[in-house]
Amino acid sequence: MQIQLMQVHTMHIPDGFINAPTSAVAVVIAVIGIAICLNGARKQLDEKTAPLAGLVAVFIFAMQMLNFPVALGTSGHLLGGALAVILIGPYAGALAVSVVILVQGLLFADGGLSAIGLNIINMGMVTAVVGWLVFRGLIKGIGVSRPKVMAAAFLAGLVTVPVSALAFVLEYAIGGTGTVPVSTVTFAMVGVHILIGIGEGLITALTVGAVFLARPDLVYGIHDRLPKKLLVTSTPVATPANGS
Amino acid sequence: MPSPHTHGHDVGERLFVHRHSVIHRLPAEVKTVAMVAFIFTVIMTPPNQFWAFALYALILVGVAVLARIPARVILPRMLVEVPFVLFALLMPFFGTGPTVEVLGLTLSQAGLLAGWGILVKGTLGVVSSILLAATTPARDLLMGLERLKVPELLVQIANFMLRYIHVVSDEMHRMKLARESRGFTATGIRSWPIIAQSGGALFIRSYERGERVHLAMLSRGYTGRLPQLATVTTTAGDWFTAMSLPVVGLLIALTALWIGR
Repeated sequence: MQIQLMQVHTMHIPDGFINAPTSAVAVVIAVIGIAICLNGARKQLDEKTAPLAGLVAVFIFAMQMLNFPVALGTSGHLLGGALAVILIGPYAGALAVSVVILVQGLLFADGGLSAIGLNIINMGMVTAVVGWLVFRGLIKGIGVSRPKVMAAAFLAGLVTVPVSALAFVLEYAIGGTGTVPVSTVTFAMVGVHILIGIGEGLITALTVGAVFLARPDLVYGIHDRLPKKLLVTSTPVATPANGS
Repeated sequence: MPSPHTHGHDVGERLFVHRHSVIHRLPAEVKTVAMVAFIFTVIMTPPNQFWAFALYALILVGVAVLARIPARVILPRMLVEVPFVLFALLMPFFGTGPTVEVLGLTLSQAGLLAGWGILVKGTLGVVSSILLAATTPARDLLMGLERLKVPELLVQIANFMLRYIHVVSDEMHRMKLARESRGFTATGIRSWPIIAQSGGALFIRSYERGERVHLAMLSRGYTGRLPQLATVTTTAGDWFTAMSLPVVGLLIALTALWIGR
């Protein structure tokens, strides 16, 4: 039996961790965030949104079950926020991750129902914004090649995890019900999540690298930076003027 | 092949426990609203009002009995809360103010209370969610969300996710078999590129499947909306029955707040 080192559950806030008013406000913010994403995804994908974002949500859900062995029988797995936005864009990516959280909370009791707004903010929204900005910022600066795309994906994955943990710390500072001082929580959460973030960054980079090799056109984060390929069947040959 | 005891074969359907009860018959959206409201009354209760949590637990046991969901269904699913139980157990070691000696350990009283609060509220929340999923088929839950004016597109995405979970996880399993039949064993970080390669392939296959599904739907006349197959009529009586749960919860919470003020 393997011990899960980076368990997705550790990031899902349960009921009773953050007080009722804060949780309720988080639901409102998450609803606004999802509305923005729905609008943005519809513009990007049109009526393809539902099947594509749905299948990508399943992909993220499946990736979270894929074990990456670390050492001594422990293993980690992906959280997937950065990967989702790099592959299908910030709006559809955030939407896919939010749906995963919604389904996990509603069906699998994974993450509290009252904390669903908090969880969507931390893992769906914050991760999407930060992951996208980091990836796009780097790509604009360094250009597009497989090592560069992988480096940008690594940093995007790495940064999203501690930032998501910081979002949790902020919520804890506002409405936490625990007695652990905020400074201790900040220190512990950010410290642990930088370590987890390194794993997240590596898996994100390797996965994006694999997609880039086979179908670079499916990496939405670089969709406007790829050389346009035109369909050329053969080079035009000068036809002889008259039959000889 | 689905076993004769499971209804349907997607993941959500396996969580559903088929019974004929008042709870099962209630429309999904009514149950969802009632459960979420109930959980909110639980989390606003001060942790030092122990009697209130005993009452909440009793109410949930009552719901489980009424819905005839046995403990052997509920208890194993409660394992999802294990990681945060560990966190709650750390609480007593932090916190300021008066301390108590328990088994030679100096524990913060406030920390003990906070840890207990997190533990009991989290547990009640988990049990509530389990009861909701066990008495409502997954598809109905999502259709219920739509009747609650959750954007149709979001519900459609969730529906696609449920419908294809098994297809995609089977695909992942086949890739694992393929890797292992070529002599691959995952040993450590050095094997990550291989596993991630499968992840990349899984993404491409999922994405392309999404494109094919979309084309298949277009050829059947899809314009961005799915037809409603079943019409559910929700009566005032349904709301009255279901909302009795959070109303009682609210009475308990308010009493607890009043006593503990």
